[in-house]
Amino acid sequence: MNDLAKQIPANKKPGLSGLFRSFLRPGEKKRKKTGTQHRNPFRVMVEKEISDQVRSLRFIILISIIALTTLGSLYTALTNIASAINPNDPAGSFLFLKLYTISDGTLPPYIVYVSFLGPLLGIGLGFDAINQEQSRGTLSRLLAQPIHRDFIINAKFVASLFVISVMFFALAFLVMGIGIISIGIPPTAEEFIRILIFILLSIIYVAFWLNLSIIFSVQFRQPATSALAGLAVWLFFVIFYPMIINLITKAIEPSSAMASAHQAINFDKFRLGLLRLAPNVLFSEATSTLLTPTVRSLGPLTMEQLQGTIPGPLPLGQSIFLIWPHLTALISATVACFVFAYVPFMRKEIRSR
Amino acid sequence: MAESIIELVGLTKRYGTFTAVDHLNLSVGKGEIFGLLGPNGAGKSTTILMILGLTEPDSGTVTVCGTDSVRFPVEVKKKVGYLPEDVGFYDKYSGLENLVYTGRLNGMTETEAIEKAEVLLDSVGLSEHIHKKAGNYSRGMRQRLGLADVLIKDPEVIILDEPIMGIDPAGIREFLEMIVRLSKEEDITVLFSSHQLYQAQQVCDRVGLFVGGKLLAEGDINSLSKKLAGNSPYLVEVGIAGNSKTGERQRKNHPAEILQKMDGVLTVEEKKGRYYVGCTRDISSGIARELVLSGFELTYLTKKEYGLEDIYYRYFEGEANDE
Repeated sequence: MNDLAKQIPANKKPGLSGLFRSFLRPGEKKRKKTGTQHRNPFRVMVEKEISDQVRSLRFIILISIIALTTLGSLYTALTNIASAINPNDPAGSFLFLKLYTISDGTLPPYIVYVSFLGPLLGIGLGFDAINQEQSRGTLSRLLAQPIHRDFIINAKFVASLFVISVMFFALAFLVMGIGIISIGIPPTAEEFIRILIFILLSIIYVAFWLNLSIIFSVQFRQPATSALAGLAVWLFFVIFYPMIINLITKAIEPSSAMASAHQAINFDKFRLGLLRLAPNVLFSEATSTLLTPTVRSLGPLTMEQLQGTIPGPLPLGQSIFLIWPHLTALISATVACFVFAYVPFMRKEIRSR
Repeated sequence: MAESIIELVGLTKRYGTFTAVDHLNLSVGKGEIFGLLGPNGAGKSTTILMILGLTEPDSGTVTVCGTDSVRFPVEVKKKVGYLPEDVGFYDKYSGLENLVYTGRLNGMTETEAIEKAEVLLDSVGLSEHIHKKAGNYSRGMRQRLGLADVLIKDPEVIILDEPIMGIDPAGIREFLEMIVRLSKEEDITVLFSSHQLYQAQQVCDRVGLFVGGKLLAEGDINSLSKKLAGNSPYLVEVGIAGNSKTGERQRKNHPAEILQKMDGVLTVEEKKGRYYVGCTRDISSGIARELVLSGFELTYLTKKEYGLEDIYYRYFEGEANDE
């Protein structure tokens, strides 16, 4: 109480005088606010990177693609939500989450869009982070300023992450807002928390691709090369990796007639383990578990395990428990990518272009 | 010499087996304009990077304004302005915005940075292009913007890496005059690297000749030329026209012989019809008189001073011969 009392006048004073000043001299206030603050150079850099990202044509294109697809998927979800209401559906109480997951097949739902376009966004924001500075000749000039070298790569990462976060929060809340208006049912607290975790998960997922493309931007001098390298990794995981896994698992698949249940389960675990090396698989498993509370297990279940279960949604804690490995794996992959970008950048000798 | 601002001791940098900078000792005093001269690949840029603490030396120490660049690069970079070779700017930002960004990175507020940048842009002659996008600047304008960018942090030392490369002669002159003026007015120490010897000669107080990672010679141009010339400090170049009237005499008395007999002449060399007379003191008037009296038609006589170019080539040849 005492602390609070102290804070209030202290906080009020500059606000009042600022207000007073703005009455006296219009236009002064803004200048005072932005112009006279001594800022940490790191903040200055992050601000500049954010404004560069937001103003770039590339970002405008990416965000319009994503915003349009979001609206498209929202539209299909809204037109189909009536048919999704099923009195016998155990997940009926989670109607709101269906906005993000259902589709009639004409347009994929929101979560599929995020898992598909997210990597593109990450690669798009990061592929020229370092090498463009270098080829413009600004990197060596920047390094001659009294800043630590890692400010540069950190500022790029933080700025892009900030832009991505704002964007995902905005889009997901947009879906939520339009959903509330059109279906008239507000989300429950649990649904809201599930959506928040889903947003955080998408940010981590995109941050992974962002860091991957920053690695390439440190390694390759040409922005085109690093963009292609990033896209190649993405395509590999989305298209070729499942194919390769199929080839491998077909070759070693135990024949269904001969295999014991134990063998079949082991094989299936092995196949899933291989598949989960791909970050996109991790992400889609995690998101579907989060947004579809009826998902009870991500691995094979035997009839014995299913026997006697009451069909019903998992509580939030259990859903999170189920995807905890996915979450840690994604975060550690993101951090690892950042380290692989950071260390070579710190060791690199920067000459003029 | 005044207090030393840049002090390099035993500086060495190796890339694999290649030694880019080899046990370099150098000291630059306050307010001096020092030219680091040498051919491409001599290790000039590497030395500059080490002075700024942008790359770590394998051995040796760098002290700038009393601070160790290897251990406290940020402190050094607060005091040192560096204009890299072929400097680049953010193309989408105007010249002013580019400078303001640099200013803010140096801890200025936005209003301070704007005021300072406007003054600087005016002093480098870019006041008309202040709001033009840096992407539309010409090479020379970029270089001047670079100089303003270096000066916005009020540096004690500025280091310019090949600042005059790729600018036209008028531009070079203007740029160098600007550097000299700034150095004298603000008492800024200037270190710049170049392979354009003639231009460097015009502005440098002292130069260091840099070949193969070693400093071959350092000093002001006069002392270098004295060192180079050895015991014949004066060289007179004489041109003589062939004269039909005196053709016969000329054969008997070869000009070289006449010159050789003169007092104070050490060497006489003939190259393409020109005679190069090395002498102990300035006897150019005596040479002229002697030749005219002997019936030669003197067409050309110049007292040659060793320029940086000569010094450089002399040293460079010497180096090449040693190997």
